[in-house]
Amino acid sequence: MLKFFEPNKIFKITSRAPKYVLFLFIVVLSIGLVEALVLSPEDYKQSDAVRIMYVHVPAAWITLGIFSSITILSISGFIFKNKNFFLISKSLAPSGFVFNIIALVTGSIWGKPTWGTWWAWDARITSMLILVLFYAMYLIVWRIYEAEEKVYKISTLVTIVGIINVPIIKYSVDWWNTLHQPASINLLSKSSIHSSMLYPLLLMTAAFALFSLLIFLMKYNTELIKIKNKGLDRL
Amino acid sequence: MYGRKVKLRFLFVVIIFSTLILTTLLILKSLEENVVYFQSPTDIKLLNELEKNKIRVGGMVKKNSISINAKELNFIITDQKNEINVTYSGAVPNLFAEGKGVVAEGFLKDRNFFSATKILAKHDENYMPPEVKEALGEK
Repeated sequence: MLKFFEPNKIFKITSRAPKYVLFLFIVVLSIGLVEALVLSPEDYKQSDAVRIMYVHVPAAWITLGIFSSITILSISGFIFKNKNFFLISKSLAPSGFVFNIIALVTGSIWGKPTWGTWWAWDARITSMLILVLFYAMYLIVWRIYEAEEKVYKISTLVTIVGIINVPIIKYSVDWWNTLHQPASINLLSKSSIHSSMLYPLLLMTAAFALFSLLIFLMKYNTELIKIKNKGLDRL
Repeated sequence: MYGRKVKLRFLFVVIIFSTLILTTLLILKSLEENVVYFQSPTDIKLLNELEKNKIRVGGMVKKNSISINAKELNFIITDQKNEINVTYSGAVPNLFAEGKGVVAEGFLKDRNFFSATKILAKHDENYMPPEVKEALGEK
């Protein structure tokens, strides 16, 4: 299964990619920041506080996306006994963890002037906090166990239990009364966010995604070099 | 196409998933009262006995219901079906306004009166520039 994942061939591509991704990231981030902080209008109700959203929402999206990817990769790796999938998951996790913390912190900074509180134990916020703990568990598992087989199994279990939380995060605002507002962007119906604010939001999401890709490539290259140096270990 | 071991591992994952999803659904269902961040005025009306502990009531601030005097602030929280009178003294968040969402934390005096110790403003999911809001308001 998936024999075409030759470490040397992958490494040829992934070792060259970071500089292009970095370039693209800087370009998109600069445009995104100018759009979000200067060009986009202020909100009718919360005025300039709305600009926090351009960091908060993309960070939350990316962290959910990364956790879902990690889960799918880990489960596939577990079922098909593919080591490469585990290495990709491992390399993806740190940026997901960081974006999760960014989402919580920016949410807190936004919450104080608008809601009147730094923190609320409502369903959305609490489930995001639980996701951070799952990220932490996942990262720690890779550090405490030496035996690879063990790491693969335990980390997969962490993602399987953690992924249950992801739909809860997504639908918490619809299922229960929460302080957090429901989603503004809906793929099937009209968004309740004005287009002049939607474009900077999408640009910032692209920038954050590129940043995650960059960190992922750097981490993944390190893993590949480790395998190369060991010499005997094959993907 | 795939070996027996692969199929078994797949089955194993599917069983773990089903078990976890069922367990989570059961837990969340039974904890529903505690998962909600606030109760609506209708929920308060339907309470069998008056809650002594600190609770949160949420809804919209009724139009033209805010009255401020030297000691306290009075307003009505409505969910379009039922209403509850709230008294509060202290600072309110910037977004606290008539016709907007609010969550009040405090104690029930009776089914119609609530004494708040903290007021939180609830922001809705609408984001737009002021000009657009004005254009919408004119309609």
